[in-house]
Amino acid sequence: MQNSKNEKLLVLVEKMPAFPKSVQQVVQLTSDINASAKDIIRVIECDPVMTVRILKAINSSFYGLPQKITSVQRAVVHIGLNTIKNIALGVAAMGMLNADNKANFNTSDFLLHSLTTAAISKLLAERIGLSSTECGDCFVAGLLHDFGKVVFAEFIPDEFKLALEKSQEQQLPLHQTELEFIGLNHSQAGRILAEKWELSGPLIDAIAHHHELEHSPNVLRDCVFAANQVSKRMHFGDGGNPVIEAFPASIIARFGLDLPAMCEALGDLESVKIEAQSFINL
Amino acid sequence: MKIKFWGVRGSIPTPGPSTVKYGGNTTCIEIRTDDNDLIILDAGTGIHALAQNLLKEMPVQAHIFITHTHWDHIQGLPFFIPIFIPNNHIKIYGGIDPVTNETINRALSVQLQYSFFPIREAQLNARIEYATVKPGVPVHVGRAVITPIVLSHPVLNFGYRIDCDGQSVFFTGDYEPQLNIYDPEDDEYAEFQSFVDAKWDEVVLAMKDVDALIVDSSYTNEEYASKQGWGHGTYDSGIKLATAAKAKKLFFTHHEPTRSDTSLEIIYQNLLQNNPGTGCELLLAQEGIDISL
Repeated sequence: MQNSKNEKLLVLVEKMPAFPKSVQQVVQLTSDINASAKDIIRVIECDPVMTVRILKAINSSFYGLPQKITSVQRAVVHIGLNTIKNIALGVAAMGMLNADNKANFNTSDFLLHSLTTAAISKLLAERIGLSSTECGDCFVAGLLHDFGKVVFAEFIPDEFKLALEKSQEQQLPLHQTELEFIGLNHSQAGRILAEKWELSGPLIDAIAHHHELEHSPNVLRDCVFAANQVSKRMHFGDGGNPVIEAFPASIIARFGLDLPAMCEALGDLESVKIEAQSFINL
Repeated sequence: MKIKFWGVRGSIPTPGPSTVKYGGNTTCIEIRTDDNDLIILDAGTGIHALAQNLLKEMPVQAHIFITHTHWDHIQGLPFFIPIFIPNNHIKIYGGIDPVTNETINRALSVQLQYSFFPIREAQLNARIEYATVKPGVPVHVGRAVITPIVLSHPVLNFGYRIDCDGQSVFFTGDYEPQLNIYDPEDDEYAEFQSFVDAKWDEVVLAMKDVDALIVDSSYTNEEYASKQGWGHGTYDSGIKLATAAKAKKLFFTHHEPTRSDTSLEIIYQNLLQNNPGTGCELLLAQEGIDISL
């Protein structure tokens, strides 16, 4: 039963539209022959739906790439800007993600949380001296970590609404109430999608286990976990999950700080929020 | 192996007195292995003259590898006469377009529609087969091994390396080596540059030590300044590739459509003068000349 439900979900997600501002900007920028490549890429890489669609197309087994393509920028270098632009335009043609979903899930707040988690995850990766490629991968992992939630809101709104409400009312972790009402949580749903789309192993792992740190060590996942908590603590949206988790020992060991100290150490993150908002507000 | 260029022009056929020497047909390259297996790279308008030549050796078994589906690389397919003649076997190879998810059969079927061509696909008498190729996955034709690699162009484009009997040829199709889209002061510059460098290394490895490297060299550096992002290389980018890959011969092709024979030769003389120590023989691709490796 669950398997057939998952299959159905996979088919539906293929038609999922992207976020309104990026749809509008992609249409606008791709109509302008003089638009700069970096402006177009910036819009695409800040939209979770467009990003996954590109990673899915490029990592498809039809291309049999020996190494997975883990970011939009890398995809551009591999295949050329025009193909990436046209995949994004194809996503834009599917319309815009409706802000008024039956689950009452706030998609602008979700995008703010995803984008700030992405940016903070990259900052954390830089702090611990990861390579520029790994820092870029951390951005992508942060952007996509909660992808399962927006899929729930779009395609299983009634059950997701109940999960959101119980999580809010009883201050329970959303991934726990999702399990109760939907039978799988957003990280499990994200994992199924990411595996189907043949994304890179570390990225699948970061999406699948961003609430379960005892799983195998993964620096990408650790950056996302920490950034997720920082984003919520700074009130940059919570993706519907009111519970902020303290840094466990493994995260403190990784970054050398606990959550309050990390928020302090990262300094003023207002610019991160403002930049994220520029990709959200129409 | 033997190579023969049947089309060396980029974008659009350019017949006329100013292109008589190098030729005005769009891309088509014939490769013959020592066993006489026939490999054709691209099906621009040059494939029509090749087809006439093949009429003497029916039945034909041809393996046509399409680098990409832009018009100037597929336009000759409906005029490849062997497709109309029974007992011929034509196999057309190409990739799956990541935007449309279409396979290479569309390159022919889209042209054989009522509005564009008088003959329907169902009326072709030869055995036509289509094969999807994947980057890095070798395809065998007789004793030849053909390996595709994705090269940046405004549509999915494969470069093909052909290895046979200890000899090798690489053809880029249309290819513009990726530039960094960021400015040095941008945060993203270094990361993007690392991707550019990694891809460059992958490309050079794919064409390493080839006997003949055939590259898209549409532009001079001066012309390229206003044509970045159009998907084509320059004479200098071709030389850079050939030098890095230690190619023995470098053929410049995809001649810019407004380029006359005279201007092509002036450019060529300058290239020879300015690049004395490449260790690689520089040559202009020219229609109808037989080249033995």
